[in-house]
Amino acid sequence: MEVIPLLKRLSEADGISGYEGPVRELLRQTWQPFVDEMREGKLGSLIALKRGTGTEPRPKLMLAAHMDEIGLMVTEIEKGFLRITRVGGTDRRVLLGLEVVVHGRRDLPGIVATRPPHVLSEEERKKAVPWDKLFVDVGLPAEEVEQLVTVGDLISIRREMAELKNRHVAGKAMDDRACVAVVTLALEQLAGMHHTWDVFAVATAQEETGLKGAITAAYGVVPDLAVALDMTFGKHPGVPDVEGFPLGKGPAIGIGPNFHPGLVKRLKEVAEAHEIPYQMDPIPGRSGTDAWAIQVTREGVPTALVSVPLRYMHQPVETLAAQDVERAGRLLAAFIAGLEADFLEKITRGGDS
Amino acid sequence: MILRELSEAFGVSGNEGDVRAIVLDAVRGHVDAVKVDALGNVLAFKRGTGRQRMRVMLAAHMDEVGLMVVGHDNDGFLRVKAVGGIDPRLLPGTILQVGSERIPGVIGVKPIHLLKKEEHEKVPKLEDLVVDIGAKNKDEARKLAPLGTYATFATRFRELGPTVSGKAFDDRAGCAVLVELLRGERFRFDLHAAFTVQEEVGLRGARVAAYAIEPDCAFALEGTIADDIPKDKDISPTTELGKGPAITVMDRSFIADRRLVRLLTSTAEELGIPYQIKQPGVGGTDAGVIHLTRKGVPSVTVAVPCRYIHSPVALLSLDDFNNTVRLMRQSLSRLTRRALEREGSETLERERSET
Repeated sequence: MEVIPLLKRLSEADGISGYEGPVRELLRQTWQPFVDEMREGKLGSLIALKRGTGTEPRPKLMLAAHMDEIGLMVTEIEKGFLRITRVGGTDRRVLLGLEVVVHGRRDLPGIVATRPPHVLSEEERKKAVPWDKLFVDVGLPAEEVEQLVTVGDLISIRREMAELKNRHVAGKAMDDRACVAVVTLALEQLAGMHHTWDVFAVATAQEETGLKGAITAAYGVVPDLAVALDMTFGKHPGVPDVEGFPLGKGPAIGIGPNFHPGLVKRLKEVAEAHEIPYQMDPIPGRSGTDAWAIQVTREGVPTALVSVPLRYMHQPVETLAAQDVERAGRLLAAFIAGLEADFLEKITRGGDS
Repeated sequence: MILRELSEAFGVSGNEGDVRAIVLDAVRGHVDAVKVDALGNVLAFKRGTGRQRMRVMLAAHMDEVGLMVVGHDNDGFLRVKAVGGIDPRLLPGTILQVGSERIPGVIGVKPIHLLKKEEHEKVPKLEDLVVDIGAKNKDEARKLAPLGTYATFATRFRELGPTVSGKAFDDRAGCAVLVELLRGERFRFDLHAAFTVQEEVGLRGARVAAYAIEPDCAFALEGTIADDIPKDKDISPTTELGKGPAITVMDRSFIADRRLVRLLTSTAEELGIPYQIKQPGVGGTDAGVIHLTRKGVPSVTVAVPCRYIHSPVALLSLDDFNNTVRLMRQSLSRLTRRALEREGSETLERERSET
């Protein structure tokens, strides 16, 4: 599967936390040829199973990449303008003059209103606009807006993916749809490979609002092992050196308390054996990813994190290198194909990991 | 409509070529003569039907605000400066088109996750922002976007029903009104249309255009501020969307000629065309230099109200646009030397006796 068109489809799909319907349907169709069965979790995660070839009962690996994206919600309608709040960590510094889609009785194109600099005081020009002064304008008469829009309606960011130089792409919701793409590429590759373990590929819901989909999906899947896939900070001006990873230098493997050392070691070995470039991402505590929730599910799950470097996270120009997505997909497929039946015993026996 | 094409054209001040090509194409066949002057203004002439040799100038600027590449980082990022009044608050999160090849570029900022508490309230300064075109390093960046390369927002024109949205409505809306006027019937006077350059960097084009045209009076056609979103205090909306063309009485750049204002308002009232007076004080237009040309030119500005000008996407009402064309057409068809008379003006008395 071509990665850039895949990223474009996934990035441009709507799916704000709690309302992942459109992106879930897209994924159901995309994954259908590669998996044995699919079901929808109670909170909206998409859970797909690709059976392994080992003897039953087979050990279970869970892959988790979240499909929800951040967005906005209508809180009030005033003179035909919509007052808004955020769903997830939407950054209000990037909203002014942004094109959006208001999901009212029908989808309405809109713009986040901004007062022109000509009429602002010196002070106002230096400050980020607070939430209570942000509005969405759908360009319709007030009476029509009242009929079409209700408090609680969702607002998605409208952004076509842009292709930059060197296979870099920029768009909305790359966090974490790029990792949904990683899982998709891995599933596609696994179709032509043998793997012993059962693989549960999960596109989780509501990660941005508190890892809700991962908490509940992991409980249901009862995995023996898990790999979460998420974005990490790309390197660009404004990001401290220790936080940012260069684009195009491969996926990052998390290291720290959230991740099982034996699993981390295996991922590194696989990357090296397949000559896949990778970077190490030291995370001293809370990773802020699905891995954080999955690790403490039921009696505990050895968990790892593979991430793709992303510039301008939570902004409508999230930028990444397509080759990093491809490499993460290859890494994941190779890791899964190489999982032996007794891998879990090996790493949990204590000692040499 | 021609506004779509004009809005999507690339035309930052000093680099108006794309807009100029569209304008030349649009007016050809509707005017008696057209030329491009030394600065790049498009000057079109449409002879009048009357015997009076009155010269009326209509001006709309082709340029838009944007950015210019002024440096390249080692990591391949572009450093930029503003061309005209770009508001840095609007830049983070935007997609740009860079250079004549229209290379896509993006502007992002430090992620919200890494912000210190006080940084949430801050607007990044332009000198701290970079444009990311995906270049590998300084050399590649330099090759793709050399110093002096222009950039503007990559915004599509959209129809939202009674309104339309797009970039650069200031002043492609004025350009579109002027094209419509040129495509219509002749007026009694000689019409001199100026599609001007470099308005946003100091009204540069209009100054030389007005000198060359030497008009008896002038109308600047604009897309002006509509600041009618809800606010805490009931302060100036400048103009309001849907309330008709906005007539300027006074702004930062000039005091409009009272006789021309009266011509416009009385025409509107007589014909039932909605209009509004732009709240005085804010903004400036080509009229600011036109009225000071040679011995002075009675001038006025008529504008289509636009929300969110100077931002990646502005919004205007099609009713306002059509009413602006209508008001201009009707007012101009009533414009005679008599309308410009001042009581007790001997010069004009004499001129009248000559015709």
